[in-house]
Amino acid sequence: MKYDVVVIGAGVVGALITRELSKLNVRVAMADKFNDVAMGTTKANSAIVHGGFDAANGTLKAKLNVRGTELMPQICKALSVPYRNNGSLVLAFSEKEMEHVHTLYARGVKNGVPRLSVVDKETVLKMEPHVSEEVVGALLSESAGIVCPYELTIAAAENAVTNGAEFLRNCEVQAIREENGEFVLETSLGEITAQYVVNAAGIHSDDIARMIGDDSISLVARKGEYYLLDKSFGYMADHTIFQCPNEMGKGVLVTPTVDGNLLIGPSALDVDDKEDVDTTPEGLEFIVEKAKKSVPTLNVRGAITSFAGMRAHPVTDDFIIAFSEKNDRFLNVAGIESPGLSAAPAIAEMVAGMFKEKAELTEKSEYTETREAPVRFRHMTKSEREALIAKNKAYGRIICRCETITEGEIVDAIHAPAGARDVDGVKRRTRAGMGRCQGGFCGSKVVEILARELNVPMNEITKFGGESKILFEKTK
Amino acid sequence: MLNYDLVVVGGGPAGMAAALQAHEEGIEKIIILERADTLGGILEQCIHTGFGLHYFGEELSGPEYAGRFIEQVYNTDIDVKVDTMVLDISADNVVTAVNNFDGLLTIQAKAIVLAMGCRERPRGALSIAGSRAAGIMTAGTAQKYVNMDGYMPGKTVVILGSGDIGLIMARRMTLEGAKVKAVCELMPYSGGLTRNIVQCLEDFGIPLRLSCTVVATHGKERLEGVTVANVDEHLKPIPGTEEYIPCDTLMLSVGLIPENELSKNAGITLDPVTNGPVVDEYRETTHKGVFACGNVLQVHDLVDFVTEESKLAGSGAAKFIKGEKAEDGVVHTKGENGVRYIVPQNISRATDKDVKLYFRVGRVLENVTLTVTCGDEVLLSKKKRKMTPGEMEYVTLKAEVVKQLPVDSTIVVSTKEA
Ligand SMILES: Cc1cc2nc3c(=O)[nH]c(=O)nc-3n(C[C@H](O)[C@H](O)[C@H](O)COP(=O)(O)OP(=O)(O)OC[C@H]3O[C@@H](n4cnc5c(N)ncnc54)[C@H](O)[C@@H]3O)c2cc1C
Ligand SMILES: Cc1cc2nc3c(=O)[nH]c(=O)nc-3n(C[C@H](O)[C@H](O)[C@H](O)COP(=O)(O)OP(=O)(O)OC[C@H]3O[C@@H](n4cnc5c(N)ncnc54)[C@H](O)[C@@H]3O)c2cc1C
Repeated sequence: MKYDVVVIGAGVVGALITRELSKLNVRVAMADKFNDVAMGTTKANSAIVHGGFDAANGTLKAKLNVRGTELMPQICKALSVPYRNNGSLVLAFSEKEMEHVHTLYARGVKNGVPRLSVVDKETVLKMEPHVSEEVVGALLSESAGIVCPYELTIAAAENAVTNGAEFLRNCEVQAIREENGEFVLETSLGEITAQYVVNAAGIHSDDIARMIGDDSISLVARKGEYYLLDKSFGYMADHTIFQCPNEMGKGVLVTPTVDGNLLIGPSALDVDDKEDVDTTPEGLEFIVEKAKKSVPTLNVRGAITSFAGMRAHPVTDDFIIAFSEKNDRFLNVAGIESPGLSAAPAIAEMVAGMFKEKAELTEKSEYTETREAPVRFRHMTKSEREALIAKNKAYGRIICRCETITEGEIVDAIHAPAGARDVDGVKRRTRAGMGRCQGGFCGSKVVEILARELNVPMNEITKFGGESKILFEKTK
Repeated sequence: MLNYDLVVVGGGPAGMAAALQAHEEGIEKIIILERADTLGGILEQCIHTGFGLHYFGEELSGPEYAGRFIEQVYNTDIDVKVDTMVLDISADNVVTAVNNFDGLLTIQAKAIVLAMGCRERPRGALSIAGSRAAGIMTAGTAQKYVNMDGYMPGKTVVILGSGDIGLIMARRMTLEGAKVKAVCELMPYSGGLTRNIVQCLEDFGIPLRLSCTVVATHGKERLEGVTVANVDEHLKPIPGTEEYIPCDTLMLSVGLIPENELSKNAGITLDPVTNGPVVDEYRETTHKGVFACGNVLQVHDLVDFVTEESKLAGSGAAKFIKGEKAEDGVVHTKGENGVRYIVPQNISRATDKDVKLYFRVGRVLENVTLTVTCGDEVLLSKKKRKMTPGEMEYVTLKAEVVKQLPVDSTIVVSTKEA
């Protein structure tokens, strides 16, 4: 396999970069060690499009966050990804914390964050009636929003593949060598040659850089745990509600998700194992306790799932986006910790710019800027549903009853460009299995449909690739 | 729009019994809507025996029990649509459903019977810490894989929760060659039927660990093991009692929740304890003309009781359609002192039949006196040797007794330790 550019990592950063590169006259592939896109940090984070007042003035983080947040609404629109401009609040519970709010305000203004203001207790409680009476004031950031990080990544990958990029799944890059002025990537799928490499491997971007002898990147793995509550709790917060950091640590957030659930978290724990995304009883207890400070009536009995994500904290405290000192055809996009999701559209814009300049690339004469919205039966009117079923009967068969997902939507998800190959992939693309019963009813049906559409026996279908098999041999 | 006298939502044992009863009482236009591809409900995957001891006086398997009703249904002119999912019930009893042969269906009903059954509580509701590995599933899902699809969902198994489905799956997996290492139950007693504990665990030497829970799951791709720990009287894990058990499968049998999304959207009042609708003695909900029966009303352990309850609902629906459902003010019911809930929650004083009050107790009770009172009046008093949360109980009130109670008074079912 031979490409002009190989992007290593199919997280939100890699996928948006690949999408930008797919518009250029260049052969591009995106490789990921997993069976799907968005399997790393991108699938487990707070999903906030931050205003941009957090990062220190003058950093890449600050600049790309503000720009990314500006680009996000239009990118989401082009890719038909749910995005909501719900705004965020940083709550202060004491005069000392109010001082911090003013510091954030000043920093935000300097970073160029639009629509930022300091509001008093009454305003907060009017906006968020479930917030604790103890609040004294808050920082309101009206440009902040929420987005579904994996839908954004899936849509970006789909759009990139439509424009000619390739997605190489189950392709773990194990070593990189140079031969005749080209990179040879030794992967679990065999050798791949590339003129250029983009290292967007998230928490592993330091390991990937080391493969070409670049040991300038040093990342600390820091775990964050979350609870996701049922939609019936979604009413408890409209804005994203942050806390001020204090002696006790950074504080946790309470936020609605674009699907209308309530998300609380994260905890923060430095860990040695980068793959350790297990949730812990202590971590989960911690976030509930903390979140109750903001919204005292929270009740985790409404929890439908818990999960953890891994921060890739760079010791330099800023994003690293530069061609490597060791090889100027190797671009590091590393240390993309929070606000990496918010910044991702701007990172992609910046990277495409760097490539255009470096390799003198031109735009394709024709490409598709948009990605059509997938069919969403649950959001349709009666007449739309009728027309849809008349066109294709598979939309008349409900598979997931909690979320009202039809067989047609699942089949679409499997056959989409860079489509689903496993149960979790179907779930992320359609929401089948994401509801109250968490796949209790439809899980086995989804396995059946995957097996049928991919033409393999049911016991070859996995939950999320690799050895995550669901079924063993046939019964006696 | 189609017109029917009675629309039955769900074609499990509850829906079928209700439809048959209404048919018997002279209702002509009846339709059963079922989302699965056959009638029978959850019974279709319960291939073990133990059904029908009360109702038919013989031991049948789930499909056999269901089969008797399916045959009767198809021998009448009751219409059946399978593969048809009900999406919505409106305030004026219009049912919207969808399938892949009619597309969208709207049906105006005179009366509706809700018989959607229940679903299993998922892992999230428990918030067990640990990995997201494959191999964690509800016992009912595992049952479907084994009995319907013919695949083994695991080889070494730990079961959390000693509900009946978990117990039955412990035996099933063992018979299929898997090793069931333990059944862990959070409470100091099992939530399952005694006969299932004997026949499914003890006969196979499977340990039942009471006051024990799973605190963490391990394994990145497929499950590799679980950590279990004993719990104290507040059900909190006791530090230091953790034990690692290697296994590739964790089955959850931690309770069933009535499937009441449709009921909720229709604005029907639910009982916070049963999670099912509040009903009267004919199982009519707070929404006129809408009845509920089977697991959607209260989680049953014996299908025989489901059948009995559903015939009441079918009969009530028939009376409602014919305008014969008498009214003369209602009395309410309430459980106290260990009695968690009562179904029905309301009884019409015009009832023409003796009324069975179904209930469950909240913990194991031994040698207690069960009393039924209304104000100062003791309506009934009964000695009970043992009652467990796993078994549904009932007491019968005579129609004459109900008739003489004041309007809006409350009947209290309570226990007293001897
Ligand atoms: C707890 C937490 C909360 C956060 N909250 C927010 C937030 O609210 N807002 C926000 O803007 N940002 C947030 N972030 C940050 C954001 O999630 C990340 O910046 C973003 O997801 C990073 O995307 P990525 O594509 O760089 O990394 P990833 O999504 O991790 O993608 C990297 C990919 O590289 C692949 N890979 C690694 N090694 C190899 C290899 N050898 N071969 C092939 N493929 C490989 C991985 O499989 C992975 O898919 C949060 C982060 C965390 C951890
Ligand atoms: C695994 C298991 C083991 C059991 N073991 C025993 C036993 O050994 N002995 C015994 O006597 N009892 C046993 N029981 C109890 C008994 O079988 C059940 O209580 C009984 O099946 C409940 O009947 P039902 O009709 O209320 O619900 P179900 O059988 O669940 O039927 C409900 C039906 O409604 C349909 N439905 C739901 N929503 C919709 C919708 N929106 N539109 C259309 N259709 C819908 C469902 O597909 C289903 O077919 C067991 C129960 C379970 C779950």
